[in-house]
Amino acid sequence: MLGVIGVDHVDQLFVDVPQAARREGPVDLPRHAGELEVERELNQLAGKNRSAGSAPFFCGAGAYRHHVPATVDHLIQRSEFLTSYTPYQPEIAQGTLQMLFEFQTQVAALTGMDVANASLYDGSTATGEAVMMAARVTRRSKAVFSGGVHPHYIETSETLAHAAGVSTAKLPPAVDAEAAVINLIDADTACVVVQTPNVFGTVTDVSKIAEAAHAAGALLVVVTTEAVSYGLLKSPGEMGADIAVAEGQSIGVGLNFGGPYVGLFATRDKFVRQMPGRLCGETVDAEGRRGFVLTLSTREQHIRRDKATSNICTNSGLCALAFSIHMTLLGEVGLRRLAAINHAKARRLAKVVATVPGVEVLTPRYFNEIAVRLPAPAARVVEALAQGGMLAGVPFSRLAPGMDDVVLLAATETTSDADIDLLRLALTKVLAAKELTQ
Amino acid sequence: MSMNSVGRPTRPEAVESGYQPGGRGLLQDEPLLFELDGWDKTGVDLADVGDDLAGFDGLGGLVRSGPIGLPGLSEPETVRHYVRLSQKNHAIDLAIYPLGSCTMKHNPRLNEKMARLPGFADIHPLQPQSTVQGALGLMDRLAHWLKTLTGMPAVALTPKAGAHGELCGLLAIRAAHEAKGQGHRKTVLAPTSAHGTNPATAAFCGYTVVEIAQTADGRVDLADLEAKLGDHVAAIMVTNPNTCGLFERDILEISRLTHAAGAYFYCDGANFNAIVGRVRPGDLGVDAMHINLHKTFSTPHGGGGPGAGPVVLSAALAAYAPTPWVVHDDDGFRLQETPEAEAEAAFGRMCAFHGQMGMYVRAYAYMLSHGADGLKQVAEDAVLNANYLKARLSDLMSPAFPDGPCMHEALFDDSWLEGTGVTTLDFAKAMIDEGFHPMTMYFPLVVHGAMLIEPTETEPKQELDRFVEAMRRLATAAKAGEAERFRAAPVMAPLRRLDETLAARKPRLRWAPVAAEAQAAE
Repeated sequence: MLGVIGVDHVDQLFVDVPQAARREGPVDLPRHAGELEVERELNQLAGKNRSAGSAPFFCGAGAYRHHVPATVDHLIQRSEFLTSYTPYQPEIAQGTLQMLFEFQTQVAALTGMDVANASLYDGSTATGEAVMMAARVTRRSKAVFSGGVHPHYIETSETLAHAAGVSTAKLPPAVDAEAAVINLIDADTACVVVQTPNVFGTVTDVSKIAEAAHAAGALLVVVTTEAVSYGLLKSPGEMGADIAVAEGQSIGVGLNFGGPYVGLFATRDKFVRQMPGRLCGETVDAEGRRGFVLTLSTREQHIRRDKATSNICTNSGLCALAFSIHMTLLGEVGLRRLAAINHAKARRLAKVVATVPGVEVLTPRYFNEIAVRLPAPAARVVEALAQGGMLAGVPFSRLAPGMDDVVLLAATETTSDADIDLLRLALTKVLAAKELTQ
Repeated sequence: MSMNSVGRPTRPEAVESGYQPGGRGLLQDEPLLFELDGWDKTGVDLADVGDDLAGFDGLGGLVRSGPIGLPGLSEPETVRHYVRLSQKNHAIDLAIYPLGSCTMKHNPRLNEKMARLPGFADIHPLQPQSTVQGALGLMDRLAHWLKTLTGMPAVALTPKAGAHGELCGLLAIRAAHEAKGQGHRKTVLAPTSAHGTNPATAAFCGYTVVEIAQTADGRVDLADLEAKLGDHVAAIMVTNPNTCGLFERDILEISRLTHAAGAYFYCDGANFNAIVGRVRPGDLGVDAMHINLHKTFSTPHGGGGPGAGPVVLSAALAAYAPTPWVVHDDDGFRLQETPEAEAEAAFGRMCAFHGQMGMYVRAYAYMLSHGADGLKQVAEDAVLNANYLKARLSDLMSPAFPDGPCMHEALFDDSWLEGTGVTTLDFAKAMIDEGFHPMTMYFPLVVHGAMLIEPTETEPKQELDRFVEAMRRLATAAKAGEAERFRAAPVMAPLRRLDETLAARKPRLRWAPVAAEAQAAE
């Protein structure tokens, strides 16, 4: 090959690198390792983590443990899905494109909206993109957040919004006060961001907030971090949302220590040209046969460059596929049933936990997650329970300062009744130990 | 005695228009999920708790009433649906996927296996940190490898893709300027050849983008850069190796001029795979650079993501890195998540949680597998393969920059197609009929009818030769006046060319029942 190229040594292909920047010899890192050695090191690291499936588990706060059918992970590992690129050549990417079209339809149906995109990175960045889109639509530059929106989502959105000159206002964290955000709406408000179920698990009918937002010429962005709740609760679309965003991780994706996940983004038809991210649309080929292509790309960075609606290029295609396959396996029948089971488990959890002395359930209406006040700092209680082999929820202090005595507990179809009883026993015991409460 | 083939299509052209419902050969026709009559079906076996929920304990008015409109399929039907769809995709596992700038290399399956260990895949981002020491340790080691390979002192792991990394880098730059009272700097300079994400990101951050001219040999025009630098410039965004597949040989002067003007040097690291293990961006004066783990470090592209775009930062920018990050103290590893003294300068947060853990595991497995020696060879083989393709195609096609070697990708323009009636697009579509994915077309914008070919290091010589022979056959046919064949291409793909204008003019972005559509049309 060197002969064909006309050089004697591969080094001659690097002649354009300035002498001062050329390195003699390899960088200071270990040499290559065989598959066996790599597995050994990674198994050791993995072994130092307590997996959710190995312990009674109640963590939520934006990431939920659900059972993912084996079929999902098998299918997403098909070479043609796993090792293909963004479908820029539609003639040989109809598999990915048809899947995305189906995904968009599923997301639109779940959220009760007209149209959905082909996914964003995750729920938090989707929320930030929703704020930016609302600013474009309304030509206003302020976003207001209720006290129920996941604090990480607010921080992520603030980072994005402030970068683009959009200001933000937010209420302090509150278990059940989504509607209080109405007081923040003014003539500059581009959008009102609320969450249901919110970060404390509280379910809210946001219709009244929608009316208030619309009366002021603002859009309503409804955030959902637990997509399974769509199977039981009124959709954002039914309640007047202009943009619905969600974390889709619950369906098909798994915990993965926080990523990769899949952001769902849906809106009304009239706003479609202001949407961020990729869109798949139906068309025909040269022989009139139905086919699918990426479309409306005049919104996107590779065409519009500095005039694009967003800088997004890569999104979360394979996670969208996992979501779509799991949703296909569930169907409406399965999703409704799954949601009902989740709610039933949470009801049992709330009932049982409330019997522990000193413990108060704060969430008045919930889907599968509750906020609980403990008679001790939640982080210390959760750590003590972890020492006993239990992953007993997320202390609110992991998300934001204040409310140090509040822990968020989630229950899903993976939570057994025995797990809930174990939590009661362990919590009772830990809270009885004096050193925690002092 | 051979089989009676009377009436059987034996030649490709005989089946050209024969795509009937039911499929063709191994290629099955597959309706949309919504057309399979699965409205009452489910493929999962869940207990029915319907009765237990009567009343929903106060959820009454909040419960969904009408149907959602989601079909379901049984498990065997689901498997068939998606396997049939999959067979309509090209993939790197099938043949060379020479998309310049996209780096379609082999995705080692060990990485997939490791990412699925329950100790990585089944851990919650907010479970007690004492129970995820291995995960935090992996993030710390990955950070160490990225910092060592780039010669940079800090890295922000959380950005979820390359463009997200660009945003992270520019926000760190903006925060640094503001901290130094330099907030008036509102211009970002970028070459015309830049990825679209560069100007899109800069504009998003409120910067005005000014283009830097390019020299005849495809590099940044130093004189133009110097003329455009000044007290108003916040940063330059330069891809290196650049999108023409060339190393910016004046890179040290570029960074010197940039720093002398008080600006920062953002390097688009999309092409880091060409120099990994051989050149450290830190030695080139780079202040911030994103690294696409799904390019250089082989995590799968997955039909459009997920990616991961960690950003390495210079000492000048490190203090502004977004939360959270991993710290190591006597108690082990922990995440620095909420504002404490050392996090006060952080510009913000890129996403909930800590980024793309699943991609970190895969990339780290790839790094361990290759090591310092293997990663250096990755760069060398990528560059070798690209130069081999360039050498073998240059007599028939016109290389955009014929003099000197290219790096990991070879760029051609369309001057060699002049007068043939064949466009770059036609040529690309004809490649499909030869069993290959087309190269990147019409990018970078600085070259007319650009064809950007990136083979990557994982293509063996045999596959490169197979590709070259096909390209040469096509090039010869184009020059021989067979324009019609090119304009008709592809004819062997599941579909012929698709009408993208129609898709954009009358957007149909979701399936809808026929009755509802008829109503909407009234």
